[in-house]
This record gives sequence, C-alpha cells and structure tokens, in this order.
Amino acid sequence: MPWFFRLLLIAGGLAGVLAVAYAAGVRQGLLTLLGIGFGAVLQGARFGFTTGWRDFIEHRDPQGLWAQMLLMVLAAAVSLPLIAGSGGELVGAVAPLTISLVLGAFLFGAAMQLADGCGSGTLYKAGAGAPLSFAVLPTFALGSFVGASHQPGWIALGGLPAVDLLAWGWPTALALTVAGCGLVAWLAGRAQAQSAASQPAASPTPTPQDAAQQVMRAGTASFVPAAETARAGSRWARRWWLGALLLAALYGLHLIVAGQPWGIVYGIGVWGAKIASALGWSPVGDPFWGVEPHATRLAEPLLADITSVTNLGLLYGALAASRWNGPADFRLPSNRRLIAACVAGLVMGYSSRMAFGCNVGAYLGGIASASLHGWVWFALAFAGSIIGVRIRRRIGS
Amino acid sequence: MNGKKLFRLVNAVFWLAVLALVALDTFDTRGVRLEPPPFALGSGQAASGGHCSGR
Repeated sequence: MPWFFRLLLIAGGLAGVLAVAYAAGVRQGLLTLLGIGFGAVLQGARFGFTTGWRDFIEHRDPQGLWAQMLLMVLAAAVSLPLIAGSGGELVGAVAPLTISLVLGAFLFGAAMQLADGCGSGTLYKAGAGAPLSFAVLPTFALGSFVGASHQPGWIALGGLPAVDLLAWGWPTALALTVAGCGLVAWLAGRAQAQSAASQPAASPTPTPQDAAQQVMRAGTASFVPAAETARAGSRWARRWWLGALLLAALYGLHLIVAGQPWGIVYGIGVWGAKIASALGWSPVGDPFWGVEPHATRLAEPLLADITSVTNLGLLYGALAASRWNGPADFRLPSNRRLIAACVAGLVMGYSSRMAFGCNVGAYLGGIASASLHGWVWFALAFAGSIIGVRIRRRIGS
Repeated sequence: MNGKKLFRLVNAVFWLAVLALVALDTFDTRGVRLEPPPFALGSGQAASGGHCSGR
C-alpha cells in the first residue's frame, strides 16, 4: 500500500509544520514547510553541490555545474529586484573579502569531498538515512559552533571590505551575475568538449560500478530513476535542471518569508551552541555567541531560529522523498572512510564559519545576492575540492 | 544484528534524538514567545535573523 505510506509521510510533514507554527508562529511554520520542500527537491533530484563538482573534476561532466549556475541566475533574478526594492525588509548574504574567507573556503571545499556532502548535502543525506552523514552531522555541529566562536578572531586578520554589486543598481548587478554564471557554464562545457575529443566515447549503458556509485551518492532510494546516471557526453539530465528550477523557486519564497537568504550552517552552529550550553558552557563573554544577534538566538527557542527550522524541515523532506517509493537502500562505509568523514565534518563546520557559510549560505546566497565574496568562495572551494577528490580516492569507500 | 536492522535502528535513534532535543529546548525556553509577521516582505521590519554570512 504505497499510497497509504505516502499519505503518512505527507501527514507527518504537515503535523510538523503545524506544531512549529503553534510553538513559534506562522512564519516559522512556513519556513519549516519550505525546508521540507528544499529537502524533498535536494534528495528527489539528488541535487548535490559536492557531486556536481566531483563529476566535473573526475569526468569533466559539466551537468552539475550547469545546474548550479542556472540556480544562481534564477535565484539572483528573483532576489535582487526584491532586495533592492524592499527598503531593508529583505537583505542579501553579503560578507567581506577577508583572509579567513580564502582559507576557510579552500578548507571547506577539500573537506566536503571527504564528508561526501556540503552543508545541505550532509543534512539531506542524513535525513534520508545515509550512514556516513549521520556520523558527519555531530562533528559538523561541533565545528560550526567552535568556528563561529573563533570567527571574530579570524576576521581580525584583515582583508578587504565587502563588495556588494547591488550598490550599482539591481539591473547591473543581475547582468554581472548572469555574465559570471554564463562564463563558468561555458568554460565547463568547453572543458567537456575538449575531454570528449581526446577520449573514446563513454558507454551508453550504466555499468555496475555506475549503479553502485549512484547508490553510494544518494545513500538511499529516491524518486529519480537509478538508471539516470548521465555521464559526460550525454544530454543534460532532467533531474539537474528541474532541481535548479524548483530550488530557485523555494529560494525566492524563503527570502520573502524570512527576510534573508537560505542558510544552513548558522543553524547547525546554533544546535552545537545549544548542546554546549546544556552541558554547562556559558556564552557570556564569547566574542560571537555572547553578542547580538547571536546571544538572542541562543536564548530564544530553537524553533524561533530561521535556519534551524528550515534545516529541520530539510531533514524531514529528504526522509519523505527517500521513502516515497518504498524502503531505502544503503551501503555501510568502511571504518576508515567513516573516521575520515567525521574529521572532515569537523573541518567543514569550522571552516564554514571562517568563510561566512557553506555552498548554500556563501556560494548560492553570496552569488545570488551579488556579493563578490560568493565568487571568491566558489573559486577557493573549487580549488580545495580538487585536492579533496584526490585525498578521497586514496581513502577509498 | 543484520545490516537492515542496524540501518533502521540508527535511523530511529537519529529521529528520536532530533525530536527529543527540539522538545527539550522548546520546554526549556517556554517563557520566550516571539511571533514575527508571517512574511518579512511588507512587514515594515528590518531583517534581523542570524545568517551564515555573519550578520
């Protein structure tokens, strides 16, 4: 009776939304609902930032990068006019170009390949039940909590002030963002063409290794057919562009409801800080958690925090999407891989605070807000990912 | 314990831990009740939530 199980999944989500709305207000309930949407799309489309980059680095498959650039363009097209015309009710993700951004983004890019997921990837895979992400999430929270506490010290190392292209008007900011994304997409396509010209054509049918890798990537079952393992040289898989369209729509709605771009790691850091507080740690005097608005976030209920409720919704949305067609499939990683992923989670959590966010808060949020730090984050994190992919190969699965 | 049972057990423990922590936190901070307008756009209030970008 799959319909009954699906009904239960929908009822469970709606019950969660209503419970959050009852406990923390209508806005938080709506954000939980949007979080469920984010999780369902990320898992359902297997829209992985980490996987997209790895596919390009290892196979010169540009599909993931194209989808990410499409997402950036659509998100910017929706959010830039809204932010510009909101009179301060809506804000973008704008951050300075500090030394910490450069170091943090590089470290994050390397670590996310070892953890097999960035901020959103770790969350949606944990929600879906991927054993590796279960192990990564606690260390990610610890790293994000400690990293946030050290963030003011890292920023004090210096750098350049924030460059907000929106200062030149939203049409100019959007044009520059579209041009940047177009350039990346074109370069990725060109690299694919060059690679295809120098290698024999790829097999049209997925090999057993492809199928196994697909299971490893998803961690669980999904409503995307497993056979859709598009490789370099094939057409742009529907899951990628459809995922980008749906995520951009959710991104715009999130901005309208929350007043700020979609984020991940801030909430995970709040979870770490809340647990530390429960264990006796005091935020008083802490250069980050002891000052506003973060001190208020700690004193308030978790359900009043914007990123926390979207994160919780995301976890559930991924769970629902992964069980939509029945029980989940999985594969247990080796102990070596598990330990490496836990360490990577710690590094990822810490470095994300040095770099003002992860793939969602800094890369997507920064670029879609026309902040230059988003592009710097992308360049450095991608360079870090090249190293991360090499280390990952050595560790194995 | 076979792999499937372990998988289900770990999943159940994870979700129970998430729900328990959220419930404990909600109970612990029950004196704090904030209800912002449903939509930030058009609310007349400046955005003030914490974000990864450092705000």
